[in-house]
Amino acid sequence: MTAKLSLRGVRKSFGEAEVIRGVDLDVGKGEMVCLIGASGSGKSTLLRCINLLEPVDDGAIWLDGEDIAEPGRDPRPVRERIGIVFQSYNLFPHMTAEENVMLAPRRIRGKTKAALAPVVERLFTRFGLSDRMQHYPDQLSGGQQQRVAIIRALAMEPEIMLFDEITSALDPELVGEVLDVLRQLHAEGMTMILATHEMGFARELADKICFLDGGRILEQGPPSELFADPREERTRAFLSRVL
Amino acid sequence: MADTGLTQARRVAGAPTRRAAYEARIRRRSNLIAAASTAAVMLAVVVLVPLAPGWEAVQRSFFNGRVFVETFPGLLEAFLLDVAIFAWCAPSIALVGLVIALCRDVRAPALFPLRAFGAVFTDIFRGLPVILVIYLIGFGVPGLGLPRPWNSPYLWGSLALILVYSAYVAEVIRSGIDSIHQSQRSAAASLGLSEADTMRYVVLPQALRNVVPANMNLLIALQKDVALLSFIGPVEIFRQAGVYKSLMANFTPYVGAAVIFLAITIPATRYADYLMARQQRRRR
Amino acid sequence: MRRTMLALCATALPATGAWAAEHATCAEGKTLQEGVLTIATGNPAYYPWVIDDAPESGEGYEAAVAYAVAEEMGFGEDQVEWVRTSFDEAIQPGAKSFDVNMQQFSITPEREEMVDFSEPYYSSAMAVLTTGDIVEAQGLEPTVESMKDLRWGAMAGTTAMPILIDLIAPSSDPLLYGDNADVTAAMQAGQIDAALFDLPTALYLSAVTLENGTILGQFPADRSQSPDEFGLLMEEGNPLKECVDAAITALRESGRLAEIESEWLQEATGVPVIE
Repeated sequence: MTAKLSLRGVRKSFGEAEVIRGVDLDVGKGEMVCLIGASGSGKSTLLRCINLLEPVDDGAIWLDGEDIAEPGRDPRPVRERIGIVFQSYNLFPHMTAEENVMLAPRRIRGKTKAALAPVVERLFTRFGLSDRMQHYPDQLSGGQQQRVAIIRALAMEPEIMLFDEITSALDPELVGEVLDVLRQLHAEGMTMILATHEMGFARELADKICFLDGGRILEQGPPSELFADPREERTRAFLSRVL
Repeated sequence: MADTGLTQARRVAGAPTRRAAYEARIRRRSNLIAAASTAAVMLAVVVLVPLAPGWEAVQRSFFNGRVFVETFPGLLEAFLLDVAIFAWCAPSIALVGLVIALCRDVRAPALFPLRAFGAVFTDIFRGLPVILVIYLIGFGVPGLGLPRPWNSPYLWGSLALILVYSAYVAEVIRSGIDSIHQSQRSAAASLGLSEADTMRYVVLPQALRNVVPANMNLLIALQKDVALLSFIGPVEIFRQAGVYKSLMANFTPYVGAAVIFLAITIPATRYADYLMARQQRRRR
Repeated sequence: MRRTMLALCATALPATGAWAAEHATCAEGKTLQEGVLTIATGNPAYYPWVIDDAPESGEGYEAAVAYAVAEEMGFGEDQVEWVRTSFDEAIQPGAKSFDVNMQQFSITPEREEMVDFSEPYYSSAMAVLTTGDIVEAQGLEPTVESMKDLRWGAMAGTTAMPILIDLIAPSSDPLLYGDNADVTAAMQAGQIDAALFDLPTALYLSAVTLENGTILGQFPADRSQSPDEFGLLMEEGNPLKECVDAAITALRESGRLAEIESEWLQEATGVPVIE
C-alpha cells in the first residue's frame, strides 16, 4: 500500500542556516506519527514545510501520489487538505469562536452561515465546547482556545492534520482535555503528524515515532522499539533526559 | 516594649491593613500638596497678571467683552463652514488613507507600481507644509482653466487637505498592519485563505482597531487645519475672526475663535486619550 | 536752549520756517524720540502709495503726504524716521514703535474705539477690478444690477467687505484673501469674477499685476454715504493727534494735499461711475 504522504530528501534553509537537511518520511492513511527531539531540531519547520507555509528548498512531498512541493505551485488547495494547529493557538482575537471556525469554509468553499451552522455546532459539541461558541478568544481558557483552533482546522475537512506542540503553552491541568481530542481524532481514523514533548502520550498512541536531530530524522520506528531500545546514542541521551 | 508593639499590630489588624493606612496617609498628603500648589499658581495668575502695567490695554484688545458678544454669533456661523469642510473631508481621508496603506502592502511583483505610488505619495504629502499644498492645488489646478463649478476653492482646497491627511492616515494604518503578528497571517494562510481575504478579514479589522487613537489625534489636527482653507478664499471662522479684527482693530474675535475651537478639540483630545489608555490596559 | 535753536532756524529759513517753528512747539515732547517723527508704513509698501517700497525718497502719495505733514509739524526731511509694521502690529496693545502709522487705514467708528485716527488725508473711491475676458463673457456693465450675481472677492484685512455688502449686496458669499496677489490668483483661476478695492490700488493691479485686468467702474467717494477715508493711525489718546490734525487741515486748506494727489495718484476720470 502506498503512503498517504511521503517526504523524500526535503531540505529547508533560513539564510545560511540549514534547518531541514534531507528528510525522508512515510505516513500511511490513518496513521499517527510523532516527531520528537530537542528544541531547534527542526520539528516545527518540518510541519510548516508539509503544509507549505514554508516553501521547501529541495526534495519532494508526495500527497496521494502528487508532488505538492513542486516550486511555483499554488499552495492554497494543499493547505485546504492539510490542516495545522499551532502551539500559540493563533485564533483571530476579533472574532467569536464560531466566527473563527466559519471564516475559511465561508470564504473558500462559499458556504453560507446557515448551511455551516449545524456542521460547526456538531464539531463544538463533539469537543465539549457547545456553550462557548459565542465567546471571544480572550474569554476562553488556553485549553478551550486550543480546542477551538483544532475545530477551526477540522472545519475545512482536511485529510491530514498537523499539530505543532499544541500542549506546550498550556497549564498542566489543561493538557489532558486537548490530548483527549487527539485521541478521539485518532480513533476516527484521521491521519496525523504531531510535534510533541508528551512522551507518555506518544508511546501510548503513536504508530511511529521519529527522532529529529539537527534537521534529520536520526531514527524512526514503532514506539515499542524506539522507546525501549533506541539504536542511536543521541536518541538514548535525549530520551533519558525527557523520560 | 515588645508587648505594646504586639497590641498595636493587633489593633490595626481588624480595620484597614497597615499598608492601606500608610497609603491613605500618603494620598492625603499629596492631595494637600497638589491643592496648595494649584491654588498658589491660580492666585498668582489672577492677582499678579492684572497688576502688570499693560494689563488694561491687553484686556481691551484681547478680552473685550463688548467685541466678544458682538462677534461671537458671526464666528459660530462661520464655524459651521469648518464643520462642513471637516465632515466631507474626514470620510474621504479615511478611504484614501486606507487605499494608500494597502497599496504600500501589496507583495505581488506585478503590482509594484502601486507600491511605488503609495511610497511616493506618502513621501511627498507628508513632506510638504499643508498650506503649500493648499495654495498649489487650490489656485494651481483651477488655473488650468476648469469651468465652474469645477474650479471651486472649496473643492480643490478640500482635495489638498484630503491628500495631505490621507498620507498621514496611510502611515498610521500601515503601522497598524505591521503591528499584527505574523502568526495571524500564518494561521489564515494555513486555512487556505487568499492574501486578499487574510488582509480583509484577519489583519485589517485588528489593525484598524489598534490605530483608532492615533487616527483620533489626526482628526483633531485636521479640525484645526481646516482653517487653512481660508487662505484661498473661503470665509471660515479663522478668516471671519481676521475680518472682525481688522474692522474693529481688536484681537478679541481671535479669542472667540479659540474658545470655539477648544470647545470641540478638548473633549475630542480627552476622548482620544481615553481610547489610548483603554488600549494600553487591554494590551497588558 | 532748544527754543533758541528753533528760533535761530526760524530766522535762518525764511517763509515756511517761522511758520514751522510755531507748530513745532505743538509736537514738542509728544514724539517717541525728541525732534524726530517716527512714521510707520507697510512691509512692503505698495505702489502708488509708496514708490519702489522706498518711503525715504518721498515718492508716492503716502510718502509725499508724510513729508508734507512732517514739515507742517516742524520736522525737516532728516528728522523723519521710517519703520515698518503690519496691521496687527499697528493695533496691538503695548508700546508702539511709531508716532503715526500710514498705510491706507480706513477710518471707521469701530476702529476708533481702539486707536486714534487723524483727519483723513485721502477719500478713496471704491473700484471694481475684473478682467476683460469676464466682462466680455458675462456682458458686464457698470451697474449694480449686473454685478449682483458675480462671484466676489476682496482683501480680508480691509473695509472692502462691509462696503461690498453695503453697495452691491452680492447674491453669493464673497471670498476673502490675505493679500492682493491671492486675489488676482483667484481671479485668474476663475474662482472669482470681480474684487472690490480702493481705486488707486485697483488701478495699479489692473495695469500691472492682473493679466488683461480692467476696472469695470467706480463708486466715487463724494457720492457715498460713508466714504472710505484714510487716516494716520495713532495709539489711542496720543497727544500728537491735535498736531497731526492741524497739519493735515492746513495742507488741505492750502491746496497742497490736492497738489500731491494730482502728482502721484492717477487721474481716474476714464473710469465710469457705477449706476
